[in-house]
Amino acid sequence: MKPIFLALLLWLFTLPTFAALDRAVVTQLGDEDSDVKIAAIQKLAQSAEPEALGILQALVDGTLQGADGEAITINNRVRREIDGALAALKLFHPDRKIRLAAAKELTVNLANEADPGMAPMLARARDKETDDKVKAAIAQAYALATLKHADAAVRLTAVKALAGSGDPNIKLLLLAMTDPANESEVTVRRAAIAAHAEVKSRLALGETVGRIFSGLSLGSILLLAALGLAITYGVMGVINMAHGELLMIGAYATYFMQAQFRTYLPGWLDWYVLAAIPLAFAAAAAVGVLLERTVIRWLYGRPLETLLATWGLSLILIQAARVLFGAQNVEVANPSWMSGGIELMPSIVLPLNRIVIVGFALFVLALVWVLMNRTRLGLFVRAVTQNRAMAGCVGVPTAQIDSVAFALGAGIAGLGGVALSQIANVGPDMGQGYIVDSFMVVVLGGVGQLAGAVWAALGLGVVSKFLEGWAGAVIAKIVVLVFIIMFIQKRPQGLFALKGRFVES
Amino acid sequence: MRTPFVVRFFSATSTKGWLALAAFAVLTLVLLPLLHLAVAPDHPLHVSAYVIAVGGKIMCYAIVAVAMDLIWGYAGILSLGHGVFFALGGYAFGQYLMRQIGRDGAYHADLPDFMVFLDWKSLPWYWFGSDSFGIALFKVVAIPALLALVFGFFAFRSRIKGVYFSIITQAMTYAFMLLFFRNETGFGGNNGFTDFKRIAGLPITAPEMRVALFALSALMLMFTLLLGRYLVSSKFGRVLTAIRDAESRVMFIGYNPLHYKLFIWTVSAMLCGIAGALYVPQVGIINPGEMSPANSIEIAIWVAVGGRATLIGPVIGAAIVNLSKSFFTQAFPDYWLFFLGALFVLVTLYLPDGVVGLWKRLRQKAGRT
Repeated sequence: MKPIFLALLLWLFTLPTFAALDRAVVTQLGDEDSDVKIAAIQKLAQSAEPEALGILQALVDGTLQGADGEAITINNRVRREIDGALAALKLFHPDRKIRLAAAKELTVNLANEADPGMAPMLARARDKETDDKVKAAIAQAYALATLKHADAAVRLTAVKALAGSGDPNIKLLLLAMTDPANESEVTVRRAAIAAHAEVKSRLALGETVGRIFSGLSLGSILLLAALGLAITYGVMGVINMAHGELLMIGAYATYFMQAQFRTYLPGWLDWYVLAAIPLAFAAAAAVGVLLERTVIRWLYGRPLETLLATWGLSLILIQAARVLFGAQNVEVANPSWMSGGIELMPSIVLPLNRIVIVGFALFVLALVWVLMNRTRLGLFVRAVTQNRAMAGCVGVPTAQIDSVAFALGAGIAGLGGVALSQIANVGPDMGQGYIVDSFMVVVLGGVGQLAGAVWAALGLGVVSKFLEGWAGAVIAKIVVLVFIIMFIQKRPQGLFALKGRFVES
Repeated sequence: MRTPFVVRFFSATSTKGWLALAAFAVLTLVLLPLLHLAVAPDHPLHVSAYVIAVGGKIMCYAIVAVAMDLIWGYAGILSLGHGVFFALGGYAFGQYLMRQIGRDGAYHADLPDFMVFLDWKSLPWYWFGSDSFGIALFKVVAIPALLALVFGFFAFRSRIKGVYFSIITQAMTYAFMLLFFRNETGFGGNNGFTDFKRIAGLPITAPEMRVALFALSALMLMFTLLLGRYLVSSKFGRVLTAIRDAESRVMFIGYNPLHYKLFIWTVSAMLCGIAGALYVPQVGIINPGEMSPANSIEIAIWVAVGGRATLIGPVIGAAIVNLSKSFFTQAFPDYWLFFLGALFVLVTLYLPDGVVGLWKRLRQKAGRT
């Protein structure tokens, strides 16, 4: 094979430290044989020189030229090798974030395929590292790289180091090492068994925490949907089947606000959600009052007919949304401060948008609590809930209270729609799935009780997430339904019954 | 001496009712079948296959509507999950129809196509008896009845009523829909059952078979009306109406509403199952969409449009709503939901007794002047 002399890129000559790299190795990158190229890349990676990063990056980008002045071409095999080498070299990058990301990427790569050749370079990176978190991450990668080392003592140290991990892939590797077929040394096997157990229990704990969290997040959505329903059902004894569509209106209001910010205030786009909150409340409350004044008011004392009429209203609202915004789902993006997540463990990430929603639900709950328990309006609403006739007798304007309570319930549903738009698809029939669930919360919690709704929503959320992990989403739904039917057998008044005397439920 | 049951059953319907039924029987059992089969297609009197298909479908819906009326109109229990009984009857008969395909499916296998697709080697246990016509007919009635009995027992025993009961039934049909959407449930998942070939060895697409199914639906509808009339005019029906109007009072007198409610609830579910079994071979498909909450709540509006607590009302309502649906979904598909929604609102607000009530009011007015 004819050797190719490399006339390296002009910018390479401008780097004064270029001499630190082995010129012969760099020259080999231009070789026609992929194997020679790969060997050169590995050597460059192990050299851990900052300049190697630039050269390899140029090779990937296709801007590195050979002696003939043409860009050096690489195939997929070489490209994969370069990706690994780049990650290794990034361990020496001055930026802490890039080092941490590189250490994590290497851990994933090494867990898939152990590469003992990386070990010396990783050791150097670990010793040089000053940041504790990055150091721990590199140490883990180092342990993975030496897991198949010929020396049993080195393997033992590696296994012990991996016990602190929370990665499902590492759990599998450790499990493999407990098998005599893969690991000859007894002491290492024993250490592997202990390490495996430790990783496993940590993973199980992480999974439980993750489930509880997603249950809480589902629960807070249910709570936002059910709070409004609980108020209107408590006050008027009617189920508003269009309640889910009020959620939808809130979500579309968020979409509308996002579009306005994109057009008129692009610099403030991140804060559109905050601006959407009052709009969603007002839009949903306005629609709610309209429904109450035109339809529901005329059906008092006929709860079953109200059910049908409000269902009809929900059909009209859905079709109106289709006509106005199209039948397709619309795109509502998370603002940048709500995207990303908090990583508890490699396998468990708590999404930031869900954390914000849990906080938002608590905030709305606090507002409603203050409104219901610390204001004159709340006193009236509670009075009508407990005994409409008596409240009317002592001068509570029940008809006005109905309207206000309905507006309030609808507005809270609108707020729920804002929250929902951040985690679910926004489309005309998004609200349909929530009416049954939120009614279940009201049934379970008992009518006219905030505390009941809170416990029922969070409880239902957590329980259904745990059941989902155990038996799948559909079975979980059925089990929850059967449970609620059984529950009503025992306590028809819900978890927290109002104290008082009633002729009929 | 007590009058024999048969006499009581048939004497419950008035002479006027019998005359109407006879006219209906002549129309559906003689006239329409003859005009479809014996009259040449280009003749102006020929009745097209489309009319037979739509007519048969609407008669199935009418049976469901009467069944719904028995519990809502007469017992005051609004079920928002009646679609599940209809669909279960349809699925039970659909199992038989699937087995009748034999080896004519796309895979030419012994098992139904979707099972071959799932790589199942044998029929699951709940497909037992699906090869036998008799057992299939039994399952059509028994499965909805069993579900209704168990569900109704627990619900009525703890005196769940009003909107509570309605929402729980809606949740039930929703849960069943999710269950049947799963492929692993063994009922064809999303696609359900379709591509039927024959019933009892006879091709299902033949005009004679279509007419036979049409006539059977008509017979079943007439039987449902007779049964309804018998039930509501008997002492049982009186107690039922009393429960609807003042349940506590009925209990204080010494009746146990549980038995009355449970009986009529189960009968209603059985009628829905039969309607479903007649419906499936006529439309040629059954899928979990039939169990969607929206479908079940639509049944209630048929009854409300026609007129609750009358037996002819639900039949008229089912016909009006479904004919308008056919019209709207073809002519103005975008406006159908607006129309249906407005129907829900306007009927509950302005026509609490439906068209039958409207007709009575108009006649009274005409009589007074």
